[in-house]
Amino acid sequence: MDPKPLWLLAELTYKCPLQCPYCSNPVDFAGPRFKRELSTDEWCRVFREAKALGVLQLGLSGGEPTLRADLEALVGEAHGLGLYTSLITSAYRLTKERLAALKAAGLDHVQISIQGADAELSDAVAGTASYRDKIAAYHYTRELGFPLTVNVVLHRRNLHQVEDLIRLAESLGAERIELANTQFYGWALHNRDALMPTKAQLDAAWRVVQRERARLGTKLEIVWVLPDYHEQYPKPCMGGWARAYMTVTPAGEVWPCHAAGRIKTLTFENVREHPLDWIWVHSDAFTRFRGDSWMPEPCRSCPRKTQDFGGCRCQAFLVAGDAGLTDPVCSLSPHRHLIDAAVAEVERAPGAPEWTYRAAPASRALAAKG
Amino acid sequence: MTAAERPTVPRLHPKARLQHDDVRGRDVLLYPEGLVALNPTGAEILELCDGVRSVADVVAALEQRYGAPGGGVERDVTAFLDGLAAKGLVTYGS
Repeated sequence: MDPKPLWLLAELTYKCPLQCPYCSNPVDFAGPRFKRELSTDEWCRVFREAKALGVLQLGLSGGEPTLRADLEALVGEAHGLGLYTSLITSAYRLTKERLAALKAAGLDHVQISIQGADAELSDAVAGTASYRDKIAAYHYTRELGFPLTVNVVLHRRNLHQVEDLIRLAESLGAERIELANTQFYGWALHNRDALMPTKAQLDAAWRVVQRERARLGTKLEIVWVLPDYHEQYPKPCMGGWARAYMTVTPAGEVWPCHAAGRIKTLTFENVREHPLDWIWVHSDAFTRFRGDSWMPEPCRSCPRKTQDFGGCRCQAFLVAGDAGLTDPVCSLSPHRHLIDAAVAEVERAPGAPEWTYRAAPASRALAAKG
Repeated sequence: MTAAERPTVPRLHPKARLQHDDVRGRDVLLYPEGLVALNPTGAEILELCDGVRSVADVVAALEQRYGAPGGGVERDVTAFLDGLAAKGLVTYGS
């Protein structure tokens, strides 16, 4: 049976007041490719087409989705369709009134990022003073009865705060905390040497996670997104290419994941030109790596191919130069040395280099470089 | 706590929502970043968990509906609800 998508990530805008150096948005987000945002009506059509195609979970993300003045209308449409809606926000200047309006429109779940366990580090990583707004919004979210996820991207400069971050989420009454070790795409790849943790940091954080999971049980779910450069085998990226997941970008391109747009050897279609159903079933970007007939060795004959699906196509393209290769993170990949070199560099270097903040001027410069 | 005082009224956690999946012709339980596909019996059990009925009431309602008294229904209902409780999707109150 052909797979049908369960998940849609709607990136409503790439505008964002925060400037996190690991942002998963494209480095050229401010360039011409992403200029003309979808209208309210276009998004509502996308949601209807997604529901008809099988989608049940909708992530409303960005950039910063609360910058869209029509967010309540979009939530209302999605809720009416029976989609489970999650708002993925920085909570910058997010008021209780706005959250109450979103609740009234049918929003199901709120995920608010934080960049560190205290104002000093959180604001320094975000590049924008936002910690106070986040803490206030966490409380509003709970007061309004939303389930709350606290999301933290982990890297070299905040991994030492894992215990404080878990305690913070616990004190807020959150349902979940996502401790997402940096995945190296977009801005994170651009800033890889500055963000890459040491093995000792990861080991210490993982011990804290295991201990806190035992202490908290179902009171607080602790999600630990694996630091794949430090693993032996690749992650089962997106549960397999074009099997369950799709991303629609602010200007309407449809990608099999939120990083796939960087793969220059794929052709991406736009919801302005094709129905979502056609794009899912027939477009080059979705069909190229669906299933396992595209797989080269060592994947083709590997018993793990049904578990990890050959890993991540974006990582194969970005690190090994060809999206059709085995994920270079795999210890069986002939390109694993490229990952090992990046990991070894941080162990050798005494201090991390500076990072580039995610901001429009830097993005336009990177877009011009191509 | 004696057996009589143990909280036995199952409720769906507010973060979870029962939803019909038209495309796949089944019911699902949706929650933040996840879902559980339900068979018809699972959906029926959850529809009976109204915050008033105890586990024993849910079992009795199912037995009456299908005329199958005995230990089987109770065992299945308990296992199903405990499985969801372990995921934090069902809570027990009194």
